[in-house]
Amino acid sequence: MKDLLVREYRSIFTIKGPLIFLKDVSGAFLGDFVEIELDDELKYGQVIELSESFTVVQVFGTTGKISPGSTRVRFREEVVKIDLSPTMLGRIFSGGGKAIDGGEPIAPRVRRDVHGACVNPFRREPPRDFIQTGISVIDGMNTLVRGQKLPIFSGAGLPANEIVSQIIKNARVADKDEKFAIVFAGMGLTSREADFFIDSFRFSGALEHSVIFLNKADDAVIENLLTPRFALTTAEYFAFELGMQVLVILSDITHYCNALREVASSKDEVPGRRGYPGYMYTDLAGIYERAGRIKSLPGSITQLPILTMPDDDITHPIPDLTGYITEGQIVIDRALHRKGVFPPINVLPSLSRLMGKGIGAGRTREDHRQLSDQIYMCYAKGVEQRSVAAVIGEDGLTEIDRLYMKFADEFESGFIDQGIIDRGIIQTLEIGWRLLSIFPSSELVRINREIIEKYKNGKNNE
Amino acid sequence: MSSIIKVSGPTVQASKMSDSFMYEVVRVGNEQLLGEIILMRGDVATIQVYEDTGGLKIGDPVKPLGELMSVELGPGLIGSIYDGIQRPLPVLALEWGDFIQKGATVHRLDPKRKWRFTPLVKDGDVVQTGTILGTVQETKRIAHKIMVPEKVSGKIKKIFSGELTIRDTVAILESGEKIKLAQKSNIREPRKTCGKLPHQVPMLTGQRVLDTLFPIAEGGTAIIPGGFGTGKTVLEQTIAKFADADVIVYVGCGERGNEMADVLHEFPELKDPRYGSSLMERTILIANTSNMPVAAREASIYTAISIAEYYRDMGYRVAVMADSTSRWAEALREISSRLEEMPGEEGYPPYLASRLGSFYERSGRVRCSGRPLDIGSITIIGAVSPPGGDFSEPVTQASMRMASTYWALDYDLAHQRHFPAINWLNSFSLSLSSLSSWYIENLDEHWVEMVADMNLILQRETELLEMVKIVGLDAMGESERIELEAGMIIREGFLRQSSYHETDAYCSMEKQRKLLSLQLFYVSSLRDALQNGLQLEEILDTPVKESVIRLKEVRDSEIDSGVEQIEAELKAYFRKRLGK
Repeated sequence: MKDLLVREYRSIFTIKGPLIFLKDVSGAFLGDFVEIELDDELKYGQVIELSESFTVVQVFGTTGKISPGSTRVRFREEVVKIDLSPTMLGRIFSGGGKAIDGGEPIAPRVRRDVHGACVNPFRREPPRDFIQTGISVIDGMNTLVRGQKLPIFSGAGLPANEIVSQIIKNARVADKDEKFAIVFAGMGLTSREADFFIDSFRFSGALEHSVIFLNKADDAVIENLLTPRFALTTAEYFAFELGMQVLVILSDITHYCNALREVASSKDEVPGRRGYPGYMYTDLAGIYERAGRIKSLPGSITQLPILTMPDDDITHPIPDLTGYITEGQIVIDRALHRKGVFPPINVLPSLSRLMGKGIGAGRTREDHRQLSDQIYMCYAKGVEQRSVAAVIGEDGLTEIDRLYMKFADEFESGFIDQGIIDRGIIQTLEIGWRLLSIFPSSELVRINREIIEKYKNGKNNE
Repeated sequence: MSSIIKVSGPTVQASKMSDSFMYEVVRVGNEQLLGEIILMRGDVATIQVYEDTGGLKIGDPVKPLGELMSVELGPGLIGSIYDGIQRPLPVLALEWGDFIQKGATVHRLDPKRKWRFTPLVKDGDVVQTGTILGTVQETKRIAHKIMVPEKVSGKIKKIFSGELTIRDTVAILESGEKIKLAQKSNIREPRKTCGKLPHQVPMLTGQRVLDTLFPIAEGGTAIIPGGFGTGKTVLEQTIAKFADADVIVYVGCGERGNEMADVLHEFPELKDPRYGSSLMERTILIANTSNMPVAAREASIYTAISIAEYYRDMGYRVAVMADSTSRWAEALREISSRLEEMPGEEGYPPYLASRLGSFYERSGRVRCSGRPLDIGSITIIGAVSPPGGDFSEPVTQASMRMASTYWALDYDLAHQRHFPAINWLNSFSLSLSSLSSWYIENLDEHWVEMVADMNLILQRETELLEMVKIVGLDAMGESERIELEAGMIIREGFLRQSSYHETDAYCSMEKQRKLLSLQLFYVSSLRDALQNGLQLEEILDTPVKESVIRLKEVRDSEIDSGVEQIEAELKAYFRKRLGK
């Protein structure tokens, strides 16, 4: 330790929101880790801006009780780091990395900078291993692959957490001879949400191979900004140093972005769209891009971030910037939810960009791509006919258009709606074929004739 | 000595810099991070740093290098994979590991590799900027022409030949000036030419909706605006694979790491559809992903266009694919806000439009510098990522003004999995009329009318679909039903094209002509049949309808027989029905 080198100052001159400004500091660097000593408590912070006349420190926690005159600030001359060890599995930590499950502190094996480094794109291995989540709309229509980042776009009151908890329970991320871990980062969660997740980890038995970081809604706003970085540094350790297949769940990105906005505005920065800072794209990319695989290393990091679209608006900066970085999105739909469909995932705006690499012969089945394209087209057409029928009545539709409408209804009730049942991929595909069988083969223009021959009407029940 | 007095995000300020100049390259801090001066006030210089600034301190040294931000140009560029500041990523990985380390320096071109240089001039010849001194066979397809650099001219005292490295001298002038195999070029300054030429030739992409409806001219500019998930990146990559250009420079600017990995993985294995060699033998990739430093993202676009200009000056047809220019604009915005400049619309700096303009204006079909008989071109295709899919935002609007071709991507089409999701009603090509004589001479004398027919069908379909929404399909008249069918045939059989399908991904111009001609024939046969009093159901349900739509999946060699068969079958069908 270089504790002897630690420099201590009592030169705070401004305190504003989560920021403190010090003068006459020498030797501090950008990202420097800071300790702030109060009478009964030690607070932490990080240097975020430097100039000759002052140094700006962002405090993790509230700035309550910090005083310009008496508070002592120590510069540790190192960046924010986290202690890591395989024994973290099964444990629960605060957003600031402290054990909060009553257990012993972690005996560190290694210490790592939480900001991570950028993977050389040349060393990235393109993701292409299918992950079965057990949910038909995801597996069949928007397939998740290892190393992908696929966010769930939810709305207030929609069951995103329930869907994720089902994925935690059923997802087959690792093959039999591989090790699997889940890292959960809860950001700005209410106690109810936090309890829900902890319970679902406990009851599904997933807790023993999981690491949980919880930053609650009443915790410090800046700790919120560190939570995903702690979680992802942990994930990188498990994936790239211990060779495990890691699933990272980030909930809720919306709270994270709001924290980012809060901190930016207290720094008097020029706001961008809807008050969010102009660098939010870059900041979010620094989180999402930490998913992936590296050539010649066995592990992988798959991310499932959850975000709440304010007022269900997909063009809001948070879902919008997220969609531009992530490899697709799973969109939860209020209308389907009202109909009692679970999981209420709307396939039309949903997308998995890496799907094509993870499916097909040898991975799922040869007909997968074409089948899902055809279902997409038929469902889109059926939904369109529904709105036409709403205006002119069903009688005004042609016979074939009524068929499309019928398909849309049956697709929602028979394919999307599966409750909490776990479905295999072959079962999912067979349901798709069964639903399409109401159409004459000539309508199925997105599927090759040979494939239609082979699979339509359940001809391929091997 | 110069030292840091302020650190703010990706920018730093340094004092005692009065001997430095604007856009000078500097090394910052003890880790020697690369930076560039972007503002000077008194003896204080503001520097944008191309690497992560974490760890920098007040008082850290700043070392001016006395040169402008430049690219190194010479044999070995083709097939390279660079980051935004021309560091080869494979070499970085080899020397510095899986993660990008701060202050990592590597050679931009391999200094040890020997190239066989064949001179084209002899001792005593008078040369000037742009004169070709000789060639190096860089790849099977590309003869790399070694040119006299800018601002250099004179009489050759000695020309060399044989196996040379990029650091070796190829020629010595009477003035004593030595010309090396590789040269440097300032990235912010366009390379000189002998003037621009009009757009007369299309750059074919093998994508039907583009080549037929909205062609881009060689030397033109196209922008592809589209919300996320509408297929910008897939379209950019598809064009990079199939475009009829000699050299492709592909910049992944602030985009996804996994997507870049896919390109890096896939391109070396793909074959050029026209030449059969690996695609990498004509491609240069520049990858600056979204999590790499923003300042390098800003530079990546200029690095790309400077390399493109170098190959243009050799007389090649170069295409620059920039994905995405919005991320570049955001980098500009981020740096501008660190400089505390007055923000313009949406926080972008007021000079956004002029910067975009000067980038797009580096495109063009030109007479090569020093050799006015040689023609080279740069075609720029820039993706734009409008926030919320709202095309009225500043980057889309500023880019639109510069673009000669506009390929608007559409959410609705993407949701129906109609790809490429190019909206045929909103997109345009300003080059259409100047290119029409090329199409007439090289493809079909009736081409313009054929395309007009197709546009008419699509326009009519859109109008009718509006009515269908109100009154329902059953209430439509018989001739309207035929027109709707015509629209469907064109959409499914022509416009929709799968970039993953083995034969459909690339469509030659000749095949496009045959498909369109068959589909127009089919449509007019339907109309005739109705005139002749045939039942609507019988007309809509011909036995060849599916074959017409699927003809696009047939190999080029089998198209003619396919067309013949369909035409014969259709005629027989109608004859039989009418004869009843």
